[in-house]
Amino acid sequence: MELKGRKFMGYRRDNGRVGIRNHVIILPVDDISNAAAEAVANNIKGTMALAHPYGRLQFGADLDLHFRTLIGTGSNPNVAAVVVIGIEPGWTAKVVEGIKATGKPVIGFWIEQNGDHNTICSASKAAREYVQYATELQREECDVSELWVSTKCGESDTTSGCGANPTVGDAFDKLYDVGCTLVFGETTELTGGEHLVAARCATPEIREKFQAMFDRYTEVINRHKTSDLSESQPTKGNIEGGLTTIEEKALGNIQKIGHRCQVDGVLDKAETPDKPGLWFMDSSSAAAEMVTLCAASGYVAHFFPTGQGNVIGNPILPVIKICANPRTLRTMGEHVDVDVTGILKREINMQEAGDELLEMMFRTANGRNTAAEALGHREFVLTRLFESA
Amino acid sequence: MSIDFVVHDADDSVGVVVVEGIKAGQKLTGWVMHQDQTVIFEVRDSIPIGHKLAIRDLAEGDTVIKYGVDIGKTIKSINQGEHLHVHNVKTKRW
Repeated sequence: MELKGRKFMGYRRDNGRVGIRNHVIILPVDDISNAAAEAVANNIKGTMALAHPYGRLQFGADLDLHFRTLIGTGSNPNVAAVVVIGIEPGWTAKVVEGIKATGKPVIGFWIEQNGDHNTICSASKAAREYVQYATELQREECDVSELWVSTKCGESDTTSGCGANPTVGDAFDKLYDVGCTLVFGETTELTGGEHLVAARCATPEIREKFQAMFDRYTEVINRHKTSDLSESQPTKGNIEGGLTTIEEKALGNIQKIGHRCQVDGVLDKAETPDKPGLWFMDSSSAAAEMVTLCAASGYVAHFFPTGQGNVIGNPILPVIKICANPRTLRTMGEHVDVDVTGILKREINMQEAGDELLEMMFRTANGRNTAAEALGHREFVLTRLFESA
Repeated sequence: MSIDFVVHDADDSVGVVVVEGIKAGQKLTGWVMHQDQTVIFEVRDSIPIGHKLAIRDLAEGDTVIKYGVDIGKTIKSINQGEHLHVHNVKTKRW
Protein backbone atom coordinates (compact mmCIF):
# COMPACT_ATOMS: atom_id res chain seq x y z
CA MET A 1 0.00 0.00 0.00
CA GLU A 2 1.26 3.48 -0.88
CA LEU A 3 0.71 5.44 2.32
CA LYS A 4 2.70 8.60 1.64
CA GLY A 5 0.35 11.48 0.89
CA ARG A 6 -2.76 9.40 1.66
CA LYS A 7 -5.63 11.57 2.97
CA PHE A 8 -8.61 11.11 5.27
CA MET A 9 -11.45 13.36 6.40
CA GLY A 10 -10.89 14.62 9.95
CA TYR A 11 -11.77 17.46 12.29
CA ARG A 12 -9.01 20.06 12.54
CA ARG A 13 -8.97 21.74 15.97
CA ASP A 14 -7.79 25.26 16.87
CA ASN A 15 -4.44 23.94 18.16
CA GLY A 16 -3.73 22.26 14.80
CA ARG A 17 -4.31 18.69 15.98
CA VAL A 18 -6.66 16.46 13.98
CA GLY A 19 -9.48 14.35 15.42
CA ILE A 20 -11.57 11.59 13.84
CA ARG A 21 -14.56 11.99 16.18
CA ASN A 22 -16.48 15.04 17.30
CA HIS A 23 -17.69 14.31 20.83
CA VAL A 24 -19.20 16.72 23.32
CA ILE A 25 -18.31 15.30 26.73
CA ILE A 26 -19.58 15.96 30.25
CA LEU A 27 -16.53 15.42 32.43
CA PRO A 28 -16.88 14.94 36.20
CA VAL A 29 -13.87 16.05 38.25
CA ASP A 30 -14.73 13.59 41.03
CA ASP A 31 -16.88 10.56 41.87
CA ILE A 32 -19.64 12.56 43.60
CA SER A 33 -20.23 14.67 40.47
CA ASN A 34 -21.06 11.61 38.34
CA ALA A 35 -24.81 11.84 39.03
CA ALA A 36 -25.02 15.44 37.82
CA ALA A 37 -22.85 14.69 34.77
CA GLU A 38 -25.01 11.70 33.84
CA ALA A 39 -28.18 13.78 34.29
CA VAL A 40 -26.83 16.39 31.85
CA ALA A 41 -25.92 13.68 29.32
CA ASN A 42 -29.42 12.30 29.69
CA ASN A 43 -30.98 15.74 29.10
CA ILE A 44 -28.90 16.75 26.09
CA LYS A 45 -28.78 14.31 23.17
CA GLY A 46 -25.41 13.94 21.50
CA THR A 47 -23.40 14.31 24.71
CA MET A 48 -21.66 11.67 26.75
CA ALA A 49 -20.84 11.62 30.49
CA LEU A 50 -17.46 10.13 31.42
CA ALA A 51 -18.27 8.82 34.91
CA HIS A 52 -15.37 7.48 37.03
CA PRO A 53 -14.84 6.54 40.69
CA TYR A 54 -12.01 8.90 41.78
CA GLY A 55 -10.90 12.47 42.42
CA ARG A 56 -11.23 12.91 46.18
CA LEU A 57 -8.43 12.97 48.76
CA GLN A 58 -5.78 12.12 46.19
CA PHE A 59 -2.44 13.89 46.56
CA GLY A 60 1.07 14.17 45.14
CA ALA A 61 1.95 12.23 42.00
CA ASP A 62 -1.36 10.33 42.15
CA LEU A 63 -3.34 13.59 42.03
CA ASP A 64 -1.07 14.96 39.28
CA LEU A 65 -1.91 11.88 37.19
CA HIS A 66 -5.63 12.35 37.90
CA PHE A 67 -5.55 15.92 36.57
CA ARG A 68 -3.29 14.97 33.66
CA THR A 69 -5.73 12.24 32.64
CA LEU A 70 -8.86 14.43 32.88
CA ILE A 71 -7.26 17.42 31.15
CA GLY A 72 -5.72 15.16 28.49
CA THR A 73 -9.08 13.50 27.82
CA GLY A 74 -10.82 16.86 27.41
CA SER A 75 -7.95 18.12 25.23
CA ASN A 76 -8.02 15.09 22.89
CA PRO A 77 -8.83 16.22 19.32
CA ASN A 78 -11.63 13.63 19.11
CA VAL A 79 -13.46 15.95 21.55
CA ALA A 80 -15.12 19.11 20.18
CA ALA A 81 -16.23 20.72 23.46
CA VAL A 82 -16.29 19.93 27.20
CA VAL A 83 -18.59 20.63 30.13
CA VAL A 84 -16.71 20.04 33.41
CA ILE A 85 -18.62 19.41 36.65
CA GLY A 86 -16.96 19.18 40.09
CA ILE A 87 -18.06 19.36 43.69
CA GLU A 88 -16.27 22.69 44.33
CA PRO A 89 -14.91 25.52 42.13
CA GLY A 90 -11.12 25.19 42.70
CA TRP A 91 -10.31 21.84 41.16
CA THR A 92 -13.10 22.32 38.59
CA ALA A 93 -11.32 25.49 37.37
CA LYS A 94 -8.01 23.64 37.24
CA VAL A 95 -9.45 21.09 34.78
CA VAL A 96 -11.21 23.82 32.74
CA GLU A 97 -8.04 25.92 32.46
CA GLY A 98 -6.01 22.88 31.38
CA ILE A 99 -8.42 22.06 28.54
CA LYS A 100 -8.81 25.74 27.57
CA ALA A 101 -5.18 25.77 26.34
CA THR A 102 -6.37 23.82 23.25
CA GLY A 103 -8.68 26.69 22.27
CA LYS A 104 -11.78 24.50 22.25
CA PRO A 105 -15.03 25.50 24.04
CA VAL A 106 -14.95 24.40 27.70
CA ILE A 107 -16.86 25.56 30.78
CA GLY A 108 -17.03 24.40 34.41
CA PHE A 109 -19.87 24.10 36.95
CA TRP A 110 -19.72 23.15 40.63
CA ILE A 111 -22.28 21.69 42.95
CA GLU A 112 -21.51 23.25 46.38
CA GLN A 113 -23.88 26.19 47.04
CA ASN A 114 -25.81 25.27 43.87
CA GLY A 115 -27.01 21.72 44.46
CA ASP A 116 -27.53 19.11 41.77
CA HIS A 117 -30.71 20.76 40.41
CA ASN A 118 -29.21 24.15 39.57
CA THR A 119 -25.92 22.64 38.42
CA ILE A 120 -27.68 20.24 36.06
CA CYS A 121 -29.85 23.07 34.72
CA SER A 122 -26.91 25.45 34.02
CA ALA A 123 -24.68 22.71 32.65
CA SER A 124 -27.47 21.40 30.39
CA LYS A 125 -27.87 24.85 28.82
CA ALA A 126 -24.14 24.98 28.05
CA ALA A 127 -24.13 21.39 26.78
CA ARG A 128 -27.01 22.14 24.40
CA GLU A 129 -25.09 25.09 22.92
CA TYR A 130 -21.95 22.94 22.55
CA VAL A 131 -23.85 20.19 20.70
CA GLN A 132 -25.23 22.74 18.27
CA TYR A 133 -21.72 24.19 17.82
CA ALA A 134 -20.12 20.76 17.30
CA THR A 135 -22.73 19.48 14.86
CA GLU A 136 -21.96 22.38 12.49
CA LEU A 137 -18.23 21.56 12.33
CA GLN A 138 -17.19 20.01 9.01
CA ARG A 139 -14.65 17.29 8.33
CA GLU A 140 -11.77 18.38 6.12
CA GLU A 141 -8.99 16.65 4.22
CA CYS A 142 -6.03 15.75 6.44
CA ASP A 143 -2.78 13.91 5.77
CA VAL A 144 -2.11 10.42 7.15
CA SER A 145 0.99 11.78 8.94
CA GLU A 146 -1.34 13.82 11.18
CA LEU A 147 -2.81 10.67 12.71
CA TRP A 148 -1.76 9.65 16.24
CA VAL A 149 -2.21 5.90 16.65
CA SER A 150 -1.84 3.87 19.88
CA THR A 151 -1.71 0.13 20.45
CA LYS A 152 -2.30 -2.28 23.30
CA CYS A 153 -3.45 -5.90 23.10
CA GLY A 154 -5.78 -7.82 25.40
CA GLU A 155 -7.03 -11.30 26.28
CA SER A 156 -4.10 -12.39 24.17
CA ASP A 157 -3.40 -15.98 23.28
CA THR A 158 -0.82 -17.67 21.12
CA THR A 159 -2.63 -16.61 17.93
CA SER A 160 -2.02 -12.99 18.98
CA GLY A 161 1.74 -13.54 18.75
CA CYS A 162 1.58 -15.28 15.35
CA GLY A 163 -1.24 -13.31 13.72
CA ALA A 164 -2.95 -10.25 15.19
CA ASN A 165 0.06 -8.60 16.89
CA PRO A 166 2.47 -8.87 13.91
CA THR A 167 -0.36 -7.42 11.78
CA VAL A 168 -0.23 -4.33 14.01
CA GLY A 169 3.58 -4.46 13.76
CA ASP A 170 3.43 -4.37 9.97
CA ALA A 171 0.98 -1.44 10.05
CA PHE A 172 3.12 0.40 12.64
CA ASP A 173 6.24 0.01 10.46
CA LYS A 174 4.34 1.56 7.53
CA LEU A 175 2.85 4.40 9.63
CA TYR A 176 6.28 5.08 11.16
CA ASP A 177 7.77 5.49 7.69
CA VAL A 178 5.28 8.29 6.82
CA GLY A 179 5.82 10.20 10.06
CA CYS A 180 2.84 9.28 12.24
CA THR A 181 2.93 9.62 16.04
CA LEU A 182 2.67 6.14 17.63
CA VAL A 183 2.71 4.68 21.13
CA PHE A 184 2.89 1.32 22.91
CA GLY A 185 3.28 0.54 26.62
CA GLU A 186 2.30 -2.27 29.05
CA THR A 187 5.51 -2.19 31.09
CA THR A 188 5.23 -5.51 32.96
CA GLU A 189 4.12 -7.23 29.80
CA LEU A 190 7.57 -6.76 28.29
CA THR A 191 9.08 -9.08 30.93
CA GLY A 192 11.23 -11.60 29.07
CA GLY A 193 11.48 -9.38 25.99
CA GLU A 194 12.60 -6.12 27.63
CA HIS A 195 16.11 -6.59 26.18
CA LEU A 196 14.60 -6.60 22.68
CA VAL A 197 12.76 -3.32 23.32
CA ALA A 198 15.88 -1.79 24.88
CA ALA A 199 17.81 -2.70 21.73
CA ARG A 200 15.25 -0.79 19.63
CA CYS A 201 15.68 2.49 21.57
CA ALA A 202 17.03 5.22 19.26
CA THR A 203 19.70 6.57 21.65
CA PRO A 204 21.53 5.42 24.81
CA GLU A 205 19.66 8.16 26.78
CA ILE A 206 16.27 6.80 25.73
CA ARG A 207 17.44 3.25 26.50
CA GLU A 208 18.48 4.31 29.98
CA LYS A 209 15.10 5.97 30.66
CA PHE A 210 13.23 2.93 29.31
CA GLN A 211 15.27 0.57 31.49
CA ALA A 212 14.65 2.74 34.58
CA MET A 213 10.87 2.62 33.96
CA PHE A 214 10.99 -1.14 33.45
CA ASP A 215 13.09 -1.72 36.58
CA ARG A 216 10.82 0.48 38.72
CA TYR A 217 7.69 -1.44 37.64
CA THR A 218 9.45 -4.79 38.20
CA GLU A 219 10.28 -3.66 41.74
CA VAL A 220 6.54 -3.00 42.37
CA ILE A 221 5.70 -6.49 41.09
CA ASN A 222 8.40 -8.12 43.20
CA ARG A 223 7.22 -6.31 46.33
CA HIS A 224 3.63 -7.58 46.02
CA LYS A 225 3.91 -10.72 43.91
CA THR A 226 2.36 -14.11 44.54
CA SER A 227 3.85 -17.30 43.10
CA ASP A 228 1.81 -17.12 39.89
CA LEU A 229 0.87 -13.42 40.08
CA SER A 230 -2.66 -14.56 41.07
CA GLU A 231 -3.46 -15.66 37.50
CA SER A 232 -3.21 -11.99 36.51
CA GLN A 233 -0.06 -11.89 34.37
CA PRO A 234 -0.58 -14.02 32.30
CA THR A 235 -4.32 -13.69 32.96
CA LYS A 236 -6.69 -16.60 33.44
CA GLY A 237 -7.92 -15.94 29.88
CA ASN A 238 -4.37 -15.91 28.49
CA ILE A 239 -3.69 -19.30 30.11
CA GLU A 240 -6.99 -20.72 28.79
CA GLY A 241 -5.87 -19.48 25.37
CA GLY A 242 -2.58 -21.39 25.60
CA LEU A 243 -0.10 -18.78 26.85
CA THR A 244 2.09 -20.39 29.51
CA THR A 245 4.53 -17.81 30.87
CA ILE A 246 5.00 -14.05 31.05
CA GLU A 247 8.04 -14.39 28.77
CA GLU A 248 5.92 -16.03 26.05
CA LYS A 249 3.22 -13.37 26.45
CA ALA A 250 5.79 -10.57 26.27
CA LEU A 251 7.40 -11.87 23.09
CA GLY A 252 3.97 -11.98 21.46
CA ASN A 253 3.19 -8.51 22.80
CA ILE A 254 6.25 -6.84 21.30
CA GLN A 255 5.37 -8.11 17.81
CA LYS A 256 3.14 -5.00 17.80
CA ILE A 257 6.10 -2.66 17.29
CA GLY A 258 7.09 -4.30 14.03
CA HIS A 259 10.66 -4.49 12.75
CA ARG A 260 11.65 -1.03 11.49
CA CYS A 261 10.22 1.30 14.17
CA GLN A 262 12.71 2.67 16.67
CA VAL A 263 11.65 3.79 20.14
CA ASP A 264 12.09 7.57 19.79
CA GLY A 265 11.13 8.54 23.33
CA VAL A 266 9.46 7.50 26.57
CA LEU A 267 6.40 9.00 28.26
CA ASP A 268 5.11 8.91 31.80
CA LYS A 269 1.42 7.99 32.07
CA ALA A 270 -0.90 10.35 30.12
CA GLU A 271 2.00 12.56 28.99
CA THR A 272 1.78 14.03 25.49
CA PRO A 273 4.58 13.34 22.99
CA ASP A 274 6.24 16.42 21.46
CA LYS A 275 7.26 14.95 18.09
CA PRO A 276 6.32 12.15 15.69
CA GLY A 277 7.79 8.66 15.99
CA LEU A 278 7.22 5.63 18.21
CA TRP A 279 6.87 6.34 21.94
CA PHE A 280 6.91 3.95 24.89
CA MET A 281 4.49 4.88 27.70
CA ASP A 282 5.15 3.43 31.16
CA SER A 283 1.72 1.96 31.90
CA SER A 284 -0.39 -0.82 33.32
CA SER A 285 -1.19 -3.75 31.04
CA ALA A 286 -4.88 -3.66 32.05
CA ALA A 287 -6.74 -2.83 28.83
CA ALA A 288 -9.11 -0.09 29.96
CA GLU A 289 -6.44 1.67 32.04
CA MET A 290 -3.93 1.68 29.19
CA VAL A 291 -6.41 2.75 26.49
CA THR A 292 -7.70 5.54 28.77
CA LEU A 293 -4.09 6.76 29.17
CA CYS A 294 -3.56 6.67 25.38
CA ALA A 295 -6.66 8.83 24.91
CA ALA A 296 -5.39 11.25 27.58
CA SER A 297 -2.03 11.47 25.77
CA GLY A 298 -3.84 12.69 22.65
CA TYR A 299 -4.06 9.54 20.49
CA VAL A 300 -7.07 9.48 18.15
CA ALA A 301 -7.16 5.87 16.86
CA HIS A 302 -6.27 2.64 18.65
CA PHE A 303 -5.19 -0.79 17.33
CA PHE A 304 -6.28 -3.54 19.73
CA PRO A 305 -5.29 -7.08 18.77
CA THR A 306 -7.01 -9.85 20.74
CA GLY A 307 -6.92 -13.64 20.78
CA GLN A 308 -9.55 -14.88 23.21
CA GLY A 309 -11.76 -11.82 22.69
CA ASN A 310 -11.36 -8.75 24.90
CA VAL A 311 -14.45 -6.58 24.29
CA ILE A 312 -13.02 -3.21 25.44
CA GLY A 313 -13.86 0.21 24.03
CA ASN A 314 -13.24 3.81 25.10
CA PRO A 315 -15.61 6.78 25.21
CA ILE A 316 -13.53 9.03 22.89
CA LEU A 317 -10.84 6.84 21.32
CA PRO A 318 -12.11 4.42 18.62
CA VAL A 319 -10.70 0.96 19.38
CA ILE A 320 -10.13 -1.16 16.25
CA LYS A 321 -10.03 -4.88 17.12
CA ILE A 322 -7.89 -7.34 15.19
CA CYS A 323 -8.15 -11.10 15.68
CA ALA A 324 -6.50 -14.20 14.17
CA ASN A 325 -8.26 -16.87 16.27
CA PRO A 326 -10.98 -18.65 14.22
CA ARG A 327 -12.83 -19.84 17.37
CA THR A 328 -13.10 -16.25 18.63
CA LEU A 329 -14.38 -15.08 15.23
CA ARG A 330 -16.94 -17.91 15.24
CA THR A 331 -18.17 -17.38 18.81
CA MET A 332 -17.94 -13.56 19.20
CA GLY A 333 -17.25 -12.11 15.78
CA GLU A 334 -19.38 -9.02 16.45
CA HIS A 335 -16.48 -7.61 18.50
CA VAL A 336 -13.87 -7.87 15.73
CA ASP A 337 -13.20 -5.18 13.10
CA VAL A 338 -10.37 -6.87 11.18
CA ASP A 339 -10.42 -10.65 10.71
CA VAL A 340 -6.87 -11.89 10.06
CA THR A 341 -7.53 -15.62 10.52
CA GLY A 342 -6.25 -16.01 6.95
CA ILE A 343 -2.66 -15.60 8.21
CA LEU A 344 -2.75 -18.89 10.12
CA LYS A 345 -4.35 -20.66 7.15
CA ARG A 346 -1.57 -19.24 4.92
CA GLU A 347 -4.20 -17.50 2.78
CA ILE A 348 -2.73 -14.01 3.35
CA ASN A 349 0.74 -12.84 4.34
CA MET A 350 1.63 -10.32 7.03
CA GLN A 351 1.98 -7.39 4.60
CA GLU A 352 -1.52 -8.04 3.25
CA ALA A 353 -2.89 -8.31 6.80
CA GLY A 354 -1.18 -5.01 7.72
CA ASP A 355 -2.74 -3.35 4.67
CA GLU A 356 -6.20 -4.64 5.66
CA LEU A 357 -5.75 -3.07 9.09
CA LEU A 358 -4.63 0.23 7.54
CA GLU A 359 -7.67 0.25 5.25
CA MET A 360 -9.87 -0.24 8.31
CA MET A 361 -7.97 2.58 10.03
CA PHE A 362 -8.85 4.97 7.16
CA ARG A 363 -12.49 3.83 7.15
CA THR A 364 -12.63 4.38 10.91
CA ALA A 365 -10.93 7.76 10.59
CA ASN A 366 -13.49 8.78 7.96
CA GLY A 367 -16.33 7.96 10.34
CA ARG A 368 -17.09 4.23 10.37
CA ASN A 369 -18.03 3.16 13.87
CA THR A 370 -15.84 0.42 15.34
CA ALA A 371 -17.43 -2.73 16.77
CA ALA A 372 -16.79 -1.37 20.27
CA GLU A 373 -18.46 1.96 19.44
CA ALA A 374 -21.50 0.27 17.91
CA LEU A 375 -21.80 -2.05 20.91
CA GLY A 376 -21.55 0.86 23.37
CA HIS A 377 -18.24 -0.05 25.01
CA ARG A 378 -17.09 3.14 26.75
CA GLU A 379 -14.69 1.93 29.43
CA PHE A 380 -13.10 4.98 31.08
CA VAL A 381 -10.72 3.76 33.78
CA LEU A 382 -8.31 6.05 35.61
CA THR A 383 -4.95 4.66 36.76
CA ARG A 384 -4.17 5.13 40.47
CA LEU A 385 -0.62 5.22 41.83
CA PHE A 386 -1.34 4.81 45.57
CA GLU A 387 -3.98 5.05 48.34
CA SER A 388 -5.99 8.23 48.93
CA ALA A 389 -5.20 10.29 52.02
CA MET B 1 -1.68 -27.11 1.99
CA SER B 2 -3.76 -26.64 5.13
CA ILE B 3 -1.81 -26.49 8.37
CA ASP B 4 -2.57 -27.64 11.92
CA PHE B 5 0.13 -25.83 13.84
CA VAL B 6 2.66 -23.03 13.37
CA VAL B 7 6.24 -22.68 14.59
CA HIS B 8 7.82 -19.24 14.69
CA ASP B 9 11.43 -20.31 14.15
CA ALA B 10 13.13 -23.61 13.21
CA ASP B 11 15.17 -23.54 16.44
CA ASP B 12 12.04 -23.28 18.65
CA SER B 13 11.00 -26.07 21.02
CA VAL B 14 7.27 -25.59 20.47
CA GLY B 15 4.53 -25.16 17.91
CA VAL B 16 1.06 -23.60 18.33
CA VAL B 17 -2.08 -25.50 17.33
CA VAL B 18 -4.18 -23.25 15.07
CA VAL B 19 -7.19 -25.49 14.35
CA GLU B 20 -9.92 -26.80 16.63
CA GLY B 21 -10.45 -30.47 17.58
CA ILE B 22 -6.91 -31.90 17.46
CA LYS B 23 -6.97 -35.45 18.95
CA ALA B 24 -4.12 -37.63 20.24
CA GLY B 25 -2.61 -39.81 17.52
CA GLN B 26 -3.41 -37.48 14.60
CA LYS B 27 -0.69 -36.76 12.07
CA LEU B 28 -0.23 -32.97 12.02
CA THR B 29 1.23 -30.60 9.46
CA GLY B 30 3.20 -27.65 10.82
CA TRP B 31 4.42 -24.46 9.16
CA VAL B 32 7.75 -23.00 10.29
CA MET B 33 7.00 -19.34 9.62
CA HIS B 34 10.47 -17.79 9.65
CA GLN B 35 12.11 -20.38 7.39
CA ASP B 36 8.85 -21.11 5.49
CA GLN B 37 9.28 -24.89 5.90
CA THR B 38 6.73 -27.65 6.49
CA VAL B 39 7.08 -30.36 9.16
CA ILE B 40 4.84 -33.38 9.77
CA PHE B 41 4.58 -35.57 12.90
CA GLU B 42 2.20 -37.33 15.24
CA VAL B 43 0.62 -35.54 18.21
CA ARG B 44 0.51 -37.56 21.46
CA ASP B 45 -2.17 -35.57 23.33
CA SER B 46 -5.48 -33.93 22.41
CA ILE B 47 -4.61 -30.22 22.24
CA PRO B 48 -7.03 -27.24 22.19
CA ILE B 49 -6.63 -24.50 19.62
CA GLY B 50 -3.98 -21.97 20.69
CA HIS B 51 -2.18 -24.44 22.96
CA LYS B 52 1.35 -25.68 22.31
CA LEU B 53 2.94 -28.99 21.47
CA ALA B 54 6.60 -29.85 21.97
CA ILE B 55 8.31 -30.30 18.61
CA ARG B 56 11.41 -31.89 20.19
CA ASP B 57 12.11 -33.95 23.32
CA LEU B 58 12.81 -31.83 26.40
CA ALA B 59 14.34 -32.96 29.73
CA GLU B 60 13.31 -31.60 33.14
CA GLY B 61 14.91 -28.18 33.68
CA ASP B 62 15.46 -27.48 29.99
CA THR B 63 14.87 -23.99 28.61
CA VAL B 64 11.85 -23.71 26.30
CA ILE B 65 12.48 -21.63 23.16
CA LYS B 66 9.80 -19.80 21.16
CA TYR B 67 10.39 -16.87 18.73
CA GLY B 68 14.04 -17.98 19.10
CA VAL B 69 13.96 -16.66 22.71
CA ASP B 70 13.78 -18.18 26.24
CA ILE B 71 10.13 -18.41 27.42
CA GLY B 72 10.68 -20.45 30.62
CA LYS B 73 11.82 -23.84 31.91
CA THR B 74 10.33 -27.32 31.97
CA ILE B 75 9.38 -28.73 35.40
CA LYS B 76 9.16 -32.28 34.04
CA SER B 77 10.38 -34.01 30.90
CA ILE B 78 8.23 -33.53 27.78
CA ASN B 79 8.31 -35.69 24.64
CA GLN B 80 7.88 -34.50 21.06
CA GLY B 81 4.18 -34.23 20.24
CA GLU B 82 3.02 -33.77 23.86
CA HIS B 83 0.95 -30.87 25.21
CA LEU B 84 3.25 -28.19 26.70
CA HIS B 85 1.61 -25.71 29.10
CA VAL B 86 1.41 -24.58 32.76
CA HIS B 87 1.41 -28.21 34.02
CA ASN B 88 4.95 -28.82 32.73
CA VAL B 89 6.51 -25.38 32.10
CA LYS B 90 7.13 -22.45 34.46
CA THR B 91 8.35 -18.87 34.07
CA LYS B 92 11.91 -18.04 35.14
CA ARG B 93 10.87 -14.49 36.07
CA TRP B 94 8.33 -14.56 38.92
